Amino acid sequence: MVKTQRNLIKKSPGSRAFDIINVILMLLLVFMTFYPIYYVLVVSLSEGNAVMRGEVSFWPIGFNLSTYALIFEDPSILQSYGNTILYTVVGTAINVICTAFCAYPLSKKEFYGRGFFTLLIVITMFFSGGLIPSYLLVQHLNMLNTIWALVIPGAISVWNMIVMRTFFQGIPQELYESAYIDGSSEFMSFLKITLPLSKPILATMSMFYAVGHWNSFFSAMIYLDEKSKYPLQIILRNMVVMGEMSNQTQELGGVYAAVTATNIKYAVIIIAVLPIIMVYPFIQKYFVKGMMIGSLKG
Amino acid sequence: MRGPSTLTEPQVNFDANPRVESKVWRSIKRSRFYYLMFAVPLVYFIVFHYIPMFGIMIAFKDYSVFKGIAGSEWVGFKYFGEFLSDPYFYTLIKNTLLIGIYQIIFAFPAPIILALLLNELRNGMFKRFVQTVSYLPHFLSTVVVCGILVNFLSYDGMINQFLHWLGLEQVHFLMIPEWFRSIYISSEIWQGIGWGSIIYLAALTNIDPQLYEAATMDGANRWKQAKHITLPGIAPTIIIMFLFSIGAIMAVSFEKVLLLSNGSNFETSDIIATYVYRRGLVSSDFSYATAVGLFNSVIALVFLTIGNTISKKVSETSLW
Repeated sequence: MVKTQRNLIKKSPGSRAFDIINVILMLLLVFMTFYPIYYVLVVSLSEGNAVMRGEVSFWPIGFNLSTYALIFEDPSILQSYGNTILYTVVGTAINVICTAFCAYPLSKKEFYGRGFFTLLIVITMFFSGGLIPSYLLVQHLNMLNTIWALVIPGAISVWNMIVMRTFFQGIPQELYESAYIDGSSEFMSFLKITLPLSKPILATMSMFYAVGHWNSFFSAMIYLDEKSKYPLQIILRNMVVMGEMSNQTQELGGVYAAVTATNIKYAVIIIAVLPIIMVYPFIQKYFVKGMMIGSLKG
Repeated sequence: MRGPSTLTEPQVNFDANPRVESKVWRSIKRSRFYYLMFAVPLVYFIVFHYIPMFGIMIAFKDYSVFKGIAGSEWVGFKYFGEFLSDPYFYTLIKNTLLIGIYQIIFAFPAPIILALLLNELRNGMFKRFVQTVSYLPHFLSTVVVCGILVNFLSYDGMINQFLHWLGLEQVHFLMIPEWFRSIYISSEIWQGIGWGSIIYLAALTNIDPQLYEAATMDGANRWKQAKHITLPGIAPTIIIMFLFSIGAIMAVSFEKVLLLSNGSNFETSDIIATYVYRRGLVSSDFSYATAVGLFNSVIALVFLTIGNTISKKVSETSLW
């Protein structure tokens, strides 16, 4: 009904002109969003000298994979890749468990002190100790230079916790009641009712947290000082933002004549974003859903 | 119908001497499983959020690593005075505020405009495609975005190659202080425009379609419909988001600034947060840096309060 009504108006020339301009604007937005990433990919696959001469714009010139071959021979890059995977897996597991443990009791009306605890937690959204006291705490707990400094201080995101609590609240109370009548303990109810029904939200939260860990660099920068523990983002920062090249990469660069520092930088960017871009089409809708639940209830 | 919790602990109404205290105790006992579960998060919030809040007191102390927080002497507002009387204070405030204000002027309206334009698209498939693509940069790490920027903007980078091709002069973008804010704000828009529009699109779906029907009957064209139905429909959301961004005016995305700043653009790129990082963690002036950080938070809170008060008066929408 609405659609036909709105379609009637399209007949006016002004309206039609607007539609055309709007579509062009949107295509421009798509291009502006996509092209930088695409260009990085194209450069990483091109011959170094062609890039320097400015010949590369829409497709690889002198297509070759030697830049990637070189990167995968650099042990520091491989090691940082492994570290990032480790931090992401361990960190996400801690995040999801802690967030669920926080959200579940708070979703229960009969949890005595629920209002007080919710307030206690929401306050932390607005007030924080700031950089230095948090750093001193981590130092005091002897977590410097360990994986724990990266995964524990941010264990629960209050925003995510609220989203998860809202989801738990939507599970029909009758299910718990009948489980109780059947003699199920509260722990069993959580395990057998809540968790299986919450798979979508648990998956969404895992994705949220995993992307966060994969992308994070600042805590690694301030808390880690051993090179062998660096995550990928730190190596990326050193190479791509600061323009530092490891000796290993420089030596190998001599072997592959077609490869320049620019190639290497762009290829490292690609290997850092590739996992994100590959899972992105599948996880994108979950993120949007999570964001919507959060914004409506939060 | 009685809930499972009331069943857990049978109501003992004929208790010999029921006291108020025992009632509370009974409620606590009834939710003991929840307490057990909640213990981990509670300890987490106390240790990693409340303890650092108390740690702020080192801003008023002469903190030394050897004496510890408790053992260090109180010095009152010494470090605040030191910061306020430092001539560099004005540069920092100016840089922080200007980035924050530009952010509100340029980056804040961008997602709203995008949401309105997306709303006018007739082809649902195309709309979803544009949305999906526009969210992507949100998922890229700050390091990746800054890495792309640094390399695209370098003297022999992609942008300069393009300028050269056009016959224009090449520019050392990140070396020139005047360019810093534009680069920062543009990249924020690039990364946030799509993702930011989600919340407005959600608000748009709540507008009653009958309003559009009625307006069409009355002969309102699309521009008038957008102006009189769509925009008022999402106004509460815009106000709430505006409040958040006023509150965040001092909380500039510090990681991005840190990554994009260098010796040459310091004049405009050094903000309070990067200064706190440098003085605190690089030079280990813990007390001084904490004082500066606290000063920043207090100003931010003032901004949030002002924004909230104005909004309460003007539109009855507020955060508290």
